[in-house]
Amino acid sequence: MSEAFAAIHRGAVGSLPARRSEVGRSLLTTVALALVLGWAARVIELRPLELVRDIGNVAVFLRGYLNPSFTHIGEYAWQCVVTICIALWGTLLAAFISVPLGLLGARNLSPHPAVYFVTRRIMDVLRAVNEFVFALMFVTAVGLGPFAGMLALGIHTGGVLAKLLSETIESIEPGQVEGVAATGAGRLHVIAFGVVPQVLPNFLSYVMLRFESDIRSASVIGMVGGGGIGFYLWDTIRSFKDREAATVILLIVLMVMLTDVISSRVRRTAI
Amino acid sequence: MRTASGAASTPQPPSHSEAISPVVTLDRVSKIFSGRRALDRLSLTIEPGEFVAVIGRSGAGKTTFLRCLTRALTVTEGAIRFGQQDLAALVGRALRDHRAQVGMIYQQFNLVKRLRVIDNVLVGRLPHLRGWPRWASLGGWFPEPQRSVAARCLEHVGLLDRAWQRTDSLSGGEQQRVAIAKLLAQEPRIILGDEPVASLDVVNGAMVMETLRRVASEAGVTVVTTLHHVDYARRYADRIIGFRQGRLVFDGKSVDLTPVAIASIFGEPPSGDDRRGLEPGAHPEWAVS
Repeated sequence: MSEAFAAIHRGAVGSLPARRSEVGRSLLTTVALALVLGWAARVIELRPLELVRDIGNVAVFLRGYLNPSFTHIGEYAWQCVVTICIALWGTLLAAFISVPLGLLGARNLSPHPAVYFVTRRIMDVLRAVNEFVFALMFVTAVGLGPFAGMLALGIHTGGVLAKLLSETIESIEPGQVEGVAATGAGRLHVIAFGVVPQVLPNFLSYVMLRFESDIRSASVIGMVGGGGIGFYLWDTIRSFKDREAATVILLIVLMVMLTDVISSRVRRTAI
Repeated sequence: MRTASGAASTPQPPSHSEAISPVVTLDRVSKIFSGRRALDRLSLTIEPGEFVAVIGRSGAGKTTFLRCLTRALTVTEGAIRFGQQDLAALVGRALRDHRAQVGMIYQQFNLVKRLRVIDNVLVGRLPHLRGWPRWASLGGWFPEPQRSVAARCLEHVGLLDRAWQRTDSLSGGEQQRVAIAKLLAQEPRIILGDEPVASLDVVNGAMVMETLRRVASEAGVTVVTTLHHVDYARRYADRIIGFRQGRLVFDGKSVDLTPVAIASIFGEPPSGDDRRGLEPGAHPEWAVS
């Protein structure tokens, strides 16, 4: 150790200022958390012992699921393609919806606080209403099938992407925007040259992530009439065709894994 | 080089020798933030073609002064006139037109880092794109004459070979020269610099100041720049303005900036960053050779 450091380390020091004890607060937090969890367990009738007691039923259930039937695999595979198409168009629709909402709902770009407030509330509604609820509405409006599913996914994901986009815009470097605005460029040019290059990589990454998520959602949205593999999943489970249900689940897992791998590779290399 | 139609612009390097800048007049200008006077009854006139350095301690009002000139801030009292135009009266299109005539150069360059170098320079041509479809320019398409202007401006600062690189792949000094190329493309009537060399090393700082000085005198453009380095101010400016606590405490030629004048601007004893440049030669890491 050099003399300079040694002198500092040996130097006279006053005692550290007293620090408030946090034991009481930690204890209070733990007790409060335990109470909330206990109450929640009563609400959901949490009985883990029943799982052990009824293990025989699980064995029966598993026997069917570990022996999938491939009789209708062609039809199920095609429905997986339909599901991917629902997710693809749903995500595209969401991206289109999210751009104007994201721009108007970003505090640093919104033309007026009232516009910002209203846009944010629209985003809240789109996100708060689950895609299943939207699917039920669109099934009523446009009939059963993939189109209703696509609309439901697009509207809900549009809200999610708009929120992500607006928050990305709010965290951009203002200096880069100022550098464009200072040339006397108009509002749209400032957005195109100062904002878009900064947010585009993140936005595309979010779109890809939501596409992965939409594949998972689209694979069950058929349960409420939104088309795709979800209808077959619902039908086989409800009619106790365990071996058929196992095939459907297997295909869904493969589809999700495949899209996750491809999508993350695209994100890594292209964005 | 100033044209009515951007699409028909003839690419020419900046070659003005006469001053094209208007007179800038500040008449008892004050800017008050939450009861504190950042600028305090400032009156001065900046003549066309002058190279003016603004010096002072941090918080002396230098940046507020510049931001008032660009109308990024509106003055609380008094008036700033750009030629005959009162800046406070500018709104909307007129304000954008004013900003097009004022070129800004920043400490952190304020270039769009993910854009290519040539695209950042083309941003300077946006106010000159009259007659060119907006959708095309929004998509990044510029007419060939405008691209030629941008290329010539890059050549003027010695960075034509970097045109297609991403801007954030350039060094700090190179990025500041791209910012100067953008200024050249913009054809401003006045250039305002906000500590343009504060984040650069000595060699790059001197290179940027040389380039700024050269293009300003070639184009006959007024330059008003804040500087931390008194030595740079002495070397490159025709006139030095010193602020202290929002007040104008020095206004004179570089040769008149005596140690007494420096003390009146920075106070005694200066500390921290503001010490830089007070005693050229004493600190090798900042001394400008």
